[in-house]
Amino acid sequence: MNNSRRTFLKVAGVSAFALTTGVAGAAQAKIIGTYEQGDKALKAKRWAMVIDTRKFTSADDYKPLIDACHKAHNVPAIPGNQEIKWMWLDHYDRVFTDDMNANLPDKFKKGMFPLLCNHCTNPPCVRVCPTGATYKMHDGIIAMDYHRCIGCRFCMAGCPYGARSFNFVDPRKFIADPVPNPEYPTRMIGVVEKCTFCAERLAKGLRPACVEAANGAVMFGDLDDPNSDVRKALAENFSIRRKPSLGTQPGVYYLI
Amino acid sequence: MYNKTYVLAGIIIFVALFTTPFWTGIMSGSYQRPAVQLPANEKECVEPVEYMRAEHMQLLNDWRDQALRNEARVYVSSTGKKWEISLQNTCLKCHNNTTEFCDKCHISNSVYPYCWTCHIEPKGKK
Repeated sequence: MNNSRRTFLKVAGVSAFALTTGVAGAAQAKIIGTYEQGDKALKAKRWAMVIDTRKFTSADDYKPLIDACHKAHNVPAIPGNQEIKWMWLDHYDRVFTDDMNANLPDKFKKGMFPLLCNHCTNPPCVRVCPTGATYKMHDGIIAMDYHRCIGCRFCMAGCPYGARSFNFVDPRKFIADPVPNPEYPTRMIGVVEKCTFCAERLAKGLRPACVEAANGAVMFGDLDDPNSDVRKALAENFSIRRKPSLGTQPGVYYLI
Repeated sequence: MYNKTYVLAGIIIFVALFTTPFWTGIMSGSYQRPAVQLPANEKECVEPVEYMRAEHMQLLNDWRDQALRNEARVYVSSTGKKWEISLQNTCLKCHNNTTEFCDKCHISNSVYPYCWTCHIEPKGKK
């Protein structure tokens, strides 16, 4: 009995040695290239957006922005409560819920305001994601890796802004074929999706689709750069953010 | 030992059944490498063909993490050439017929990746 234990320990020792020194790991793949950012890529320390709501008079004025976004990202048009929202509209009292003033001018009481992912500095969705499928990038964008998403929807419960949508059904059935933007993927059933601040467009040197469609009414830039469009707009105008009391520090500002 | 004949016969039958996959493998002849259809107009892939054949899945995995998490969307290959990191806009621009390229090997090796539930599958030249 002692003899067999001795043999077992010998084999175990040699195996552990082989594994830790890489004898057995030699078959592992090597990446032989290197990676870099594109030459044309727009760079920032903290991307932020300023929406000048004074330049939009009705809900229809926001339509080109939403259409541009949904076309660029192949967002399906699913009717009812299973809808997918990257950018959408809602009433003032549901957008700025901290503002309890009942006697507001009509343009606030009845007007519509645009909503999207706030790309928070302290994102609750990232804290609750069990797989690391959603994460904060070095430039402040809260991004998603749909390959990792297991569809648990913790992030949807965590997000105080309702900015995340779950694919209850196969979204392909609700997207035109061929898709509006063949350069961008769609999503599949069982994953959560949201606005990405157009990270794939920034990499090519383009501003986000909604910013481009807004003709200057929506500004986009580096919040850490005092000379950026967003900082200038924030310095010259009064701005508000959604649910500031939660401490999430949203990156989307509204000029009212 | 009791019932020696039955026990031994049983063991032999068990071993024969247990190793059937090996016997059928040996009987059915050598493995034929599937004839994949390479892109007609393109001679150069991101990396040498032996590397791509063996490691493309690792490379795609790494590409995804670098592009999505580090914003590093340019791959500098071992030859120094720069490539945009994108399955749809780089790989599939040349390999535009997935049934004649991807599926050939994947099916004969019983690998079924589900790329096309999200990524747009090129229809290929008819």
